[in-house]
Amino acid sequence: MKIAVPVKFVPDLVEELTIDPGGTALDTTWLRLIISEFDDHAVEQAILVKEKNGGQVCVIMAEADGADDFLFTAAAKGADQLIKLTGDFSNVNNHALARAHAEVLKDLHPDLILTGVQAHNDLDGSIGPLLAEYLGMPYVGYVAGITIDGDKVIARKEYAGGLIAEIEVKLPAVLGIQAAEQPPRYVAYSKIRQVMSTAKIEEKPGSALSLEESIVVSRMFLPEVAERATMLEGSPDDVAAKLIAIFKEQGTL
Amino acid sequence: MEITLNPLSPSVNKTFYTSLFDLKDGERIRTCLQCGTCSGVCPFGYIMKFPPGKIVGALRAEIFEQVLKTDTVWMCVSCNACASFCPSNIPITAALMTRTKEEMLLAGNIPTELQAALENTQRYGNPMGESPRKRADWTLGLQPEVNVLAKTRQPVDVLWYVGDYASYHSRMQSATKALARILNALGINFGILGPEEFSDGDSQRLAGERGLFEMMAQKNGALFKKYKFNEIITTDPHAFNAMKNEYPAMGITYPVKHYTQFLAERLEQLKPMLKNEIKAKVAYHDPCYLGRVNGVFDEPRALITAIPGVELVEMSHQRINSLCCGGGGGGMWLDGFQWEKAHTRLSEWRIREAVASNAQILAVACPYEPPRFEDATKTIQAASQLKVREIAELLAESMDL
Repeated sequence: MKIAVPVKFVPDLVEELTIDPGGTALDTTWLRLIISEFDDHAVEQAILVKEKNGGQVCVIMAEADGADDFLFTAAAKGADQLIKLTGDFSNVNNHALARAHAEVLKDLHPDLILTGVQAHNDLDGSIGPLLAEYLGMPYVGYVAGITIDGDKVIARKEYAGGLIAEIEVKLPAVLGIQAAEQPPRYVAYSKIRQVMSTAKIEEKPGSALSLEESIVVSRMFLPEVAERATMLEGSPDDVAAKLIAIFKEQGTL
Repeated sequence: MEITLNPLSPSVNKTFYTSLFDLKDGERIRTCLQCGTCSGVCPFGYIMKFPPGKIVGALRAEIFEQVLKTDTVWMCVSCNACASFCPSNIPITAALMTRTKEEMLLAGNIPTELQAALENTQRYGNPMGESPRKRADWTLGLQPEVNVLAKTRQPVDVLWYVGDYASYHSRMQSATKALARILNALGINFGILGPEEFSDGDSQRLAGERGLFEMMAQKNGALFKKYKFNEIITTDPHAFNAMKNEYPAMGITYPVKHYTQFLAERLEQLKPMLKNEIKAKVAYHDPCYLGRVNGVFDEPRALITAIPGVELVEMSHQRINSLCCGGGGGGMWLDGFQWEKAHTRLSEWRIREAVASNAQILAVACPYEPPRFEDATKTIQAASQLKVREIAELLAESMDL
């Protein structure tokens, strides 16, 4: 069983986001990147599948500040193969990124591809379905649990209203991971350091980085203040009295 | 939990046991009398499946694997009470308990709350996951402006290592600002590292993450090299402990003092400035890593009693016998875990003691304590009138700063 996990970095929301002077993108001066939370779960899920069924886990990501550290951490957790796509990915959208991943994945012949179901910077759709399209594989998203059954996988997909469906999919397939079966594990820093001196990161040029198929951002802006909200001012007692008056007026009291 | 003698894993047991001998005074563990003092004096010993003394027993019985199957070593708050009262002078906290946590952590067996703090430290250089860029935001609006060394590159007499909670925690920031004002009033030429500063890493080390501690120490060490100063002062006793006792082994050696020591040395200069009376009974809580571990008991008390109007009262646990606030050794990041096991907090016990001493103010000197103890005053009904104040806050109030 060969499991490939294409992952990506997203802006770290610990730092405040600012729009660049052009008004169509984030200002990257102070931007720090962090692994997309769903991708972190995809890596954990892949390692859990490996621990249960045996096999190999290959983590793939585009080069960026901190990519090596992330890949080594994944290796310390149990990933077997690390691939870094090289090239300028600074303005790449998900269509182009998925194509670059698909090129590498074609040569890897994975049985299963796990990736985060979404990322908070997905402007043009999420990576999973795009990958499935480019590779001609089936796709199931919002998956929170996996059972391997021979040449099939049973994916537990979450629906609204507390419903869960078990979906049987023939391998190879792409699954968009909503949550791993257990939270991403902690790995001691000494172990990561150890891996840094032994594990190898394979570099592969990220081909097909054309932006032509992309959507065009015409304006990026922070949420603007609407006029529907009324701010109540005064002492807590005053505010409470005004609030009660409003509730009565609206017929809720 | 049942203790069985099967299966025996002498190899795990032996490797762990002998690894203790490589640590400072670690070989003393062989002189353990099994008197049980450590387990009795441990504030959470009553709740641990394997309190310290029983871990030593398990090692001798070659059933240490069973210790690793329980999670109660995460109740250890690294307060060093066990080691302080051990008749054989075994470094129980520094060697046995910390090594056990390291072993648990290497096996990936750690509570989720703690994991988040360690990941944050690795990524942001502070356990709370705050933006490193905002580390000096507490200085905004202070006059004269606090000297951030990366900006001014001026040599200073004193490098003030501010630390995580003193920089970021909203309750602690008033104490941090108070200390800045006091240093200015005394005419001290000081600077801070600001956004460059990393966590001292000591509580992470005592929570079993030695590698992360070393990474933090190396980063801080590289910064210390970059700037010119004569000595370091710290807000946090844990930072003081790390820089005094742990950093030198990594080649990072500077004269370091806790701020209470630094101010106590200038008591004659301070005294005439302490104008405002604070008419109150004040109890002082000895922080574990200032008092018990590093022997600084008198300086904080000298500062408190120099304030006109103050009457110092002592709680039942004091000086070397002080009771931990519960924040050490990772306890700061295990609140939910420890509550689930104990259904109480050490900070609440301490607040009850402060009330029993008739104190109106509980004075503290560690950045973990104002938020921990203040929270406890809200849950202990008898403590509703008790105020928790950092020593720097009391001094600044008396100095009218």
